[in-house]
Amino acid sequence: MDKSITSAAEAVADIKDGASVMLGGFGTAGMPDQLIDALIAQNVGDLVVINNNAGNGETGLAALIKAGRVRKIICSFPRQIDSHHFDAAYHAGKIELELVPQGNLAARIEAAGAGLGAIFTPTGYGTLLADRKETREIDGRSFVLEYPIHADFALIKAHRGDRWGNLVYRKTARNFGPIMAMAAKTTIAQVSEIVPLGSLDPEVVVTPGIFVQRVVAIPQASGTLA
Amino acid sequence: MAARVARDIPEGAYVNLGIGLPTKVANYLPMDREILLHSENGLLGMGPAPTPGEEDWELINAGKQPVTLLAGGSYFHHADSFAMMRGGHIDICVLGAYQVSTRGDLANWHTGEPGAIPAVGGAMDLAIGAKQTFVMMELLTKQGESKLVEACSYPLTGLRCVSRVYTDLAVFEVGVNGAKVIEIIDGLDISALSNLAGLNLCKQGQSDA
Repeated sequence: MDKSITSAAEAVADIKDGASVMLGGFGTAGMPDQLIDALIAQNVGDLVVINNNAGNGETGLAALIKAGRVRKIICSFPRQIDSHHFDAAYHAGKIELELVPQGNLAARIEAAGAGLGAIFTPTGYGTLLADRKETREIDGRSFVLEYPIHADFALIKAHRGDRWGNLVYRKTARNFGPIMAMAAKTTIAQVSEIVPLGSLDPEVVVTPGIFVQRVVAIPQASGTLA
Repeated sequence: MAARVARDIPEGAYVNLGIGLPTKVANYLPMDREILLHSENGLLGMGPAPTPGEEDWELINAGKQPVTLLAGGSYFHHADSFAMMRGGHIDICVLGAYQVSTRGDLANWHTGEPGAIPAVGGAMDLAIGAKQTFVMMELLTKQGESKLVEACSYPLTGLRCVSRVYTDLAVFEVGVNGAKVIEIIDGLDISALSNLAGLNLCKQGQSDA
């Protein structure tokens, strides 16, 4: 078994128009910039993207939006000081937004990865974001029915991986990586380094390789701005 | 205001400080108490900002600013981070607000203005998840309208989730029994405060009658 792929271009080559794609990252931390660059280069569009934000600055998701490749975004916090490419696309009516509270976003992604049919969450009850959604009272508390978020692909960034797809992350760049890896049909991880089997301590492996289909080594200095 | 909130955070508390004004509370936490700060992007035991030149852009807070991690701190993924809130493990969260109702409803995520891009982030999870939700805000808007209200006119973040409101003029307990004044600044009395807020206020421990 060898999940290592030699280039980012090869790793994303089968992502087609209309695909749903989870992108790891909270702001720029954990954003798989090089995989996204490869996606932009191969000219796919009409994508449904799932990420916490809607792009920061000029790189990663922001570049994908700027290139006009995103039809719809599912996220919790699109409006930021440096989300100008999203803001422009939104105001021009070129991108659809589904706003989801951050914890519900995480829980719905996790539910997809865990094979659950739905979840009842207290978050959002009685607000605009639960408008017309089914609710239920359980043990005296009110909950909203929310469905899992699945995706065709997840593009995530981890720190180190091996050829079986085991991953460890670095600091707060971990964020959505582990749950997106579980939720997508095909998970592609970019890592700073692919290490030999057995060199990741099994006690600290965060994402077991079963959740990962492809690993690409993209050497870069840790903690630098992309 | 930040110093006043910090005084009420006990030894051993797990605390989430919202973006904006509440972030300042960190500067006033008493040195003799071990208080662990949670940041919803995935860390517990958040330390102060790094010295210039030492920034690590993979170690950031919810406001996407570089931070540090204390010895004993930990990293985790987003589902775990929000389980800490929604599961009631975080003791206190401190949030800013557009409005709070006297029964504890919170409005702090959306002005509802046409054309405004809505963004919610973790506000709804924090508001209803923490054991106690404190709000920190100026009592009055720049136009002089009270932000402590009978019923919120802005879109809600959560229902009956706020227990205490810290303002520049007074500290309030809010909830099923309405708003009670816990503390008031020198030079202001209950009736003057009631006039400013447009509410019939009374001291904590006194009835409305």
